[in-house]
Amino acid sequence: MKIQQISLFAENKPGHISSPIRLLAREGVDIRALYLADTQDYGILRLIVADWKKAAALLEAHGFVAKVTEVLAVEVPDGPGGLADILDALVGSGVNIEYMYAFPYVRGDRAILIFRFNDPDAAIERLQAAGINLVASEELLK
Amino acid sequence: MMNPTLETCVTNCPPASVPDYLPADALRALQLRRLQAVVTRAWSQVLPFRARMDECGLTPEGIRSLEDIAKLPFTQKSDLRDNYPFGLFASPMKEIVRLHASSGTTGKPIVVAYTKQDIDVWTSVLGRALAGCGLHRGDIIQVAYGYGLFTGGLGAHYGAEGLGATVVPASGGHADRQIMLMKDFGVTAMCCTPTYFLHLIDVAAEMGVDMKELPIRAGVFGAEPWTDAMRAHIEKMSGIEAFDIYGLSEIIGPGVGCECRRHQGLHIFEDHFYPEVVDPETGATLPEGELGELVLTTLSKQAMPMIRYRTHDITRLLPGRCACGRTLRRIDRIGRRSDDMLIIRGVNVFPSQVETALLTVDGALPHFQIILTRSQGLDQMEVQVEVTPNMFNDKIGALQELHGKLQHALDRVLGIRVKVTLVEAHTIERSEGKAKRVIDRRTA
Repeated sequence: MKIQQISLFAENKPGHISSPIRLLAREGVDIRALYLADTQDYGILRLIVADWKKAAALLEAHGFVAKVTEVLAVEVPDGPGGLADILDALVGSGVNIEYMYAFPYVRGDRAILIFRFNDPDAAIERLQAAGINLVASEELLK
Repeated sequence: MMNPTLETCVTNCPPASVPDYLPADALRALQLRRLQAVVTRAWSQVLPFRARMDECGLTPEGIRSLEDIAKLPFTQKSDLRDNYPFGLFASPMKEIVRLHASSGTTGKPIVVAYTKQDIDVWTSVLGRALAGCGLHRGDIIQVAYGYGLFTGGLGAHYGAEGLGATVVPASGGHADRQIMLMKDFGVTAMCCTPTYFLHLIDVAAEMGVDMKELPIRAGVFGAEPWTDAMRAHIEKMSGIEAFDIYGLSEIIGPGVGCECRRHQGLHIFEDHFYPEVVDPETGATLPEGELGELVLTTLSKQAMPMIRYRTHDITRLLPGRCACGRTLRRIDRIGRRSDDMLIIRGVNVFPSQVETALLTVDGALPHFQIILTRSQGLDQMEVQVEVTPNMFNDKIGALQELHGKLQHALDRVLGIRVKVTLVEAHTIERSEGKAKRVIDRRTA
């Protein structure tokens, strides 16, 4: 159920995300989704890649500070109210969304959202009970 | 027999300034008497000093001439830290009327103490310093040093009051209010750091106040090194005469030495502070005129005598007598130090303090660099901290919390506001594996 996401620290200056991205490109790591969270001074680059183990090892070997975290890929109807249903399913559960972003592939009339929850296991339970489909890593990254 | 110049100087000087013009042989005799007394006092009252004397096989009777001072052991800033807070006091607490503190090399500050007589001495030397800058009763002196544990504010305050001048105790900060007071009160002299005065010049201009039109005619600037180029700039922009004053808390505070109107070096108030210049490596005494580290001995201090204190300030004793008539010897203006101490807006900062502060935060490693810049006449200190895997988190909130903790730890240890910047790992320049700790981009 859970997807491995790689996060990278980057200073908020021109050119600072190009070197890790170039490194992954050179080594043939395919980036499937990417989200950059920024502050005035620094940012966090969050990546979902085809081979996270290879990517994490590569980045670490080249001196980048990378962290692997577990996120969930949630399938939602690509129409009004799709996200609202997911949020409703979590109300009252104590599960908090740390951050979220859209996965750039749409499957038919379904969109995929990536969520980082404070408690992924509780989130899985609640979402599945509400009949919401979670996309497995093999399926997402194939 | 006094020479005629000396005689004129003495008759024209304020009574408190008479020691400035003591004939050299009388001054040397006074210094020797006081040196013997202060060494005896420290030896009998301060156990760590006595232990150091024992190691050298010395007793106070071994001091028979001023040259014998070279036999005495040095005192280092680390001695003050190691005996924190009261271990070097030579007076019981009931005799001590004031405590001040300044930053040490690591987390703990160093503490200095004053008896009533010490405060009187401090007041008198500062009064003599201000008199040497041409100030007197009737002058209105604004003190914009911080009032508090820092010796600058209260030191200048007492000195100016002792001189009989009118004191405006503005303390630091609130530049627009400082300008308003200068203008409305008709302030004639300012005591603050030179960089703060530069800032005031800019703020005055922004407020539409031309400092050259104000009654202010003198600035007595200290607590940080500054250059002749900066003096020229200040004088040109404000129309005042700028004086360099020197001092350090360990010895007494501001007022150890000061320029006179000749601006040819700083007169040391030698009847209370005995200056030597030594080779910073070997500790050997250097002859007059040679550059080395200034070493000071307090000749009259009661609460906390300092014997041969290593200031780490690099200067030289200027040969010859000043044209002003004072017999007090002079040191050159201080441009650099023999250790890694930084002076930021008048506050002493050691890179080791930054390291100590960072290490109090979970997961932080001492991979940091200090960047110094000057903006609007004020020193700015930025501490860049490398984000290590232990510190890193994929959530912005967690990184902001980390940033806040680092900021808080630095504020608490350094006592001044610094900018903390998180930078990528391995980006701080290292030479031979050793990180370059300080990049100083301040220019005069």
